[in-house]
Amino acid sequence: MTWRSRLLSPSGIAAAVGVLLFLFVAIAGGSIFLAAAETSNVPARLLPPSLEHPFGTDDLGRDIFARVLVAARVSLLLTLGATAVSTVGGIAYGLIAVILPRHVRRLATGLLDILLAFPWLLMVLFFTVIWGASATSAMFAIGISGIPFMARLVYNLASSVSGRDYVRAARVVGVGPFGILVRHILPNIANPLFVNAAATASVTLLSFAGLSFLGLGVQAPEYDWGRLLQDGITRIYVNPLAAIGPGIAVVLAGLVFTFVSEALADTRGGGRGAVARRALGAVSPTRRARGAVASRAGAAPGEPIAEIADLRVAFATADGGEVERVRGVSVRIQPGEVVGIVGESGSGKSLTAMALAGLLGPDARIDTSTHRFDGIDMTRPLTAADRSTLGVELGMVFQDPLTSLNPALTIGRQLTEVPEVHLKMSRGAARAHATAALEAVGIADAARRLGQYPHQFSGGMRQRAMIGQALTGRPKLIIADEPTTALDVTVQRQVMGVLRRAQRDTGAAIVFISHDIALVSAFCDRVLVMKDGIVVEELDAERIREDATHPYSRALLACLPDMTSDRTRPLPVIPPEVAASALAEEVGV
Amino acid sequence: MTATPPPAVADMAGAPTAALAVRAEGRARGPQLSPRAAFLLRRIGRLLVSLVVVVVASFFLVHLVPGDPVRAALGIQASPELVAATRTELGLDKPIPVQFLDYVTNLLRGDFGDSIRTGRPVAETIGQRFPATVTLGVLSFLVALLAAVPIGIGAAVALQRPGRKLADALISGTLGMLIAVPGFLLAVGLIALFAVQLRWLPAAGWGSPQDAVLPILALALGPLAYLARIVQVEMSGVLGATYMTTARAKRLPGRLVYLRHALPNIITASLTVSGLLLSGMIAGTVLIETIFAIPGMGGVMVPAVGAKDYPIVQGLVIVYALIILGVNLIVDLILVTVDPRSSITEG
Amino acid sequence: MNALEIDRLSVRYGRATVVDDVSLVVPAGRTLGLVGESGSGKSTIAAAVVGLVTPASGAVRVGGVMASGHGAAARAARRRLQLVFQDPFSALDPRMTIGDSIAEALRASGKTFSRDARVDRVRELLSLVHLDPDRAGDTPAAFSGGQRQRVTIARALAGEPSVLIADEVTSALDVSVQGAILNLLRELQERFGLSMLFISHNLAVVRYISDEIAVMRHGRIVESGPTEQLLAAPTEAYTLDLLDAVPVLGVRMTTE
Repeated sequence: MTWRSRLLSPSGIAAAVGVLLFLFVAIAGGSIFLAAAETSNVPARLLPPSLEHPFGTDDLGRDIFARVLVAARVSLLLTLGATAVSTVGGIAYGLIAVILPRHVRRLATGLLDILLAFPWLLMVLFFTVIWGASATSAMFAIGISGIPFMARLVYNLASSVSGRDYVRAARVVGVGPFGILVRHILPNIANPLFVNAAATASVTLLSFAGLSFLGLGVQAPEYDWGRLLQDGITRIYVNPLAAIGPGIAVVLAGLVFTFVSEALADTRGGGRGAVARRALGAVSPTRRARGAVASRAGAAPGEPIAEIADLRVAFATADGGEVERVRGVSVRIQPGEVVGIVGESGSGKSLTAMALAGLLGPDARIDTSTHRFDGIDMTRPLTAADRSTLGVELGMVFQDPLTSLNPALTIGRQLTEVPEVHLKMSRGAARAHATAALEAVGIADAARRLGQYPHQFSGGMRQRAMIGQALTGRPKLIIADEPTTALDVTVQRQVMGVLRRAQRDTGAAIVFISHDIALVSAFCDRVLVMKDGIVVEELDAERIREDATHPYSRALLACLPDMTSDRTRPLPVIPPEVAASALAEEVGV
Repeated sequence: MTATPPPAVADMAGAPTAALAVRAEGRARGPQLSPRAAFLLRRIGRLLVSLVVVVVASFFLVHLVPGDPVRAALGIQASPELVAATRTELGLDKPIPVQFLDYVTNLLRGDFGDSIRTGRPVAETIGQRFPATVTLGVLSFLVALLAAVPIGIGAAVALQRPGRKLADALISGTLGMLIAVPGFLLAVGLIALFAVQLRWLPAAGWGSPQDAVLPILALALGPLAYLARIVQVEMSGVLGATYMTTARAKRLPGRLVYLRHALPNIITASLTVSGLLLSGMIAGTVLIETIFAIPGMGGVMVPAVGAKDYPIVQGLVIVYALIILGVNLIVDLILVTVDPRSSITEG
Repeated sequence: MNALEIDRLSVRYGRATVVDDVSLVVPAGRTLGLVGESGSGKSTIAAAVVGLVTPASGAVRVGGVMASGHGAAARAARRRLQLVFQDPFSALDPRMTIGDSIAEALRASGKTFSRDARVDRVRELLSLVHLDPDRAGDTPAAFSGGQRQRVTIARALAGEPSVLIADEVTSALDVSVQGAILNLLRELQERFGLSMLFISHNLAVVRYISDEIAVMRHGRIVESGPTEQLLAAPTEAYTLDLLDAVPVLGVRMTTE
């Protein structure tokens, strides 16, 4: 994010305006309003709010509004002082803890965690008793109470950075610990640190107001917003604004600090918006059917089990435009056939598969002329019967089974859902069914395994369980998206075996997506090569090398190192005019 | 193959002390101890250490004061005889290790000493005031928790639909405002509106249910908004996870997808934050009790701090600490039971 | 004289032995491929050899000079080894320009550079890896994955190493980009007479670039030997398993 874009964002503008305003009040307000704030004028005491006295007057006739403005300087200075104490102390503690040897470090962080368990207010009161109630002691009390939080934050940030590869690289070339601290750790933690320092300032300001409100902060005859609040609340029935006025000032100042903090942040919205936005297959509840379709005929013999024609998938870009990631793809899957989709980054292969399954989220703008699965028209809203059919006949296997299986539910719970909900089996029958499915995929001791959680399975077993999950229905199509990419090659072979057996036993068709051309050609009957959102060629798997005619396919096959590549010569490279646009700048150099 | 971009350079979360579940595979202490039992033992161990730290700190409270603590408490006018007598009474003339021992043995017997100002036993005062504080704290916590979770979930779900920019702005705006205003300011505002202007509810007192409405609102609204925001973020994250796509692929009915698949995954984060919030709310009771004149522990704490009435402050610090540590332990216990992955955590 | 000798190296993490009594030799000017699956310990060997991890026992020698242990001589010997990391996204400090990242590594060569000399050397290194020298002032975010990998290679070369250790350098890249990187490594090796320890789980890639291969499993060397020989006639069951499991283009895979 550039400084300009940050300044011009909503929080940036609010922050800038707020900061300027408060700076003005703090610097100039003292002189301008001092007289009105401090001169007693007893005949004018306890007046209600008016144009002349926006917040009324206090019991000595002093204008409360003026007092609020004059108090700004004290409040803000004390806040900044306390924040500085917290920040400096926190940085020192946190950075030292990172450098410490292992056992001392655990003591240091253990102490931090213990301190963090206690709310700041109690710590502040603790220190106040020791040092007595005054403005400076309150400042130090609040400042020191804020150190554990900052220290933990700094420690977490610095730890995470020091584990990164670029820090290890620096150590390998001989950069010493101090060099690493200064050159690598500090620049990379600076931004989150500033953001949190500003947020801490906001909290500190509120804490100060609270403390003075209790009479334990700024002492008479000095006054800050907290003390004005304390004065005001005794008269709240007579003149509510006497209390609300200072309250508003406190809230506004706190908000300005928060805006500054948000404006400084590198990541927008602290990740909140980003998280919500990144969901590609985001869940939206399947819409209820409008008008049930009479009866389900299913696909007629000779018809493909699934097909999609002229598929286009587009996404909105950050600046309001649209980018098309799939640009006119047609796929037809015959019952029982194994089709592979191969492509590099940006080819659109996963999107195509997800679109075929009808699982793209509301983020995606989808356009097709035809989209059918087993006789169901997928371009129309689905009936309950349609949904059941899909749930039973379409199975999905994703790349990372640790995230594609729900970590909070047992394997058994997840594998009995389709039989219970769609096949209307009883709990007992569903469990038996699930056990059989696990056995079919080669998981020993299946009945006991039903009660375990995904994290208790190894990677290969989890993928088997995913395939087993597809088998608990009556699958006619299984879509596997990079199912073995995260697995070792020997485990991959076993899982592919399971997949093949499943296909033979159920007669289901398989759509297999991968970047690994050799794997796809070794497993599938037919291979679709995708590049930049279109299918460039369809090839028979066993004759893939001989039959390829499209320049991209040929180039892709040529540059693939395999067990027969010529070791004496450089590997062929894809010429830039043929390369996928996402990778064009890479190759040909 | 697509290379995934790196995680954002360091997140901004401070680390709560409550157990953060780390998905490690089998690093149990020893063959006999189940991972959960080991975890519980570690937690209890930390609780005991924390308690020791608090007791020690509380003891040294008196001795850290610059100058003469007794004279400071009794005031400048107090006669030297009174000061000396009070010193002896408080046992301040004995060597420090002996004093500490006396202190701890007294604590274990339930004797927290006597207030310097009133002379009444601290334990008695605390005992009288304990119920009001706990009632206020627990009720406020329940209100916050029971309201925040549905709100957070609802907000996350609402953001999934098109036309969500407006909803997003409204929701985060409201929540943001509530989070920005601290409890005591909310209290002032609520009093001004409901007690002064509308005269619907009383501004002070503690006897009938009406008296409780404003204090609970003031104490609960901020944490409620904070928790709702956290639940919303967690829920959004969950909704975008691959296992939700798997659930959708199974074409399960919408309600089942949310209740069975999404909900369990936000419990850990929500519980962890709730634990933190409860600790914060206990502290908040100090301010709220002062404002609404509620006969709880906070009402005694503040004057005691101002007047340097050490025995009361010491006693209260320990009691507050006990409550907070107890709450944290309960949250950890629930977490361990509820979250299947939390069998191993950082020590 | 061997460029790199690893002599009965063992590394422990806590109570687990991750590398168990491993001995390897990289002859001068040649490439030794280290292949193994996850958990085999191959990356740990790389870390131990350059000094990021302390071995429990064993020795490392670079050009005959002891490189494991303490002392200035050992440190200097370790500088003759340079590591190229796997993930091009995390291997470069996102807040430093690539020129600065490369310049930081110049100290490993043992020479001092004036400011101008440093700038020149960085430009030189960038053109060696076929990147535009004028882009030295850009941050890593401006480059693609393959280009960043080239930057990390340039950084490794800045130390003027005698042995290059490449740890899974192509695993995070698309197929079409892998070839370019492998070609680059070959070219640099021939040009500078570098020896290389090439670590990967991808048997086809290791076969292409290595003169000799060692197979690792569970922290131990299962089998080793010249590339053609090993792959044509492996003696260990695990090696056979590994070879069988690699899918071959256009050949129906046997899964049982």
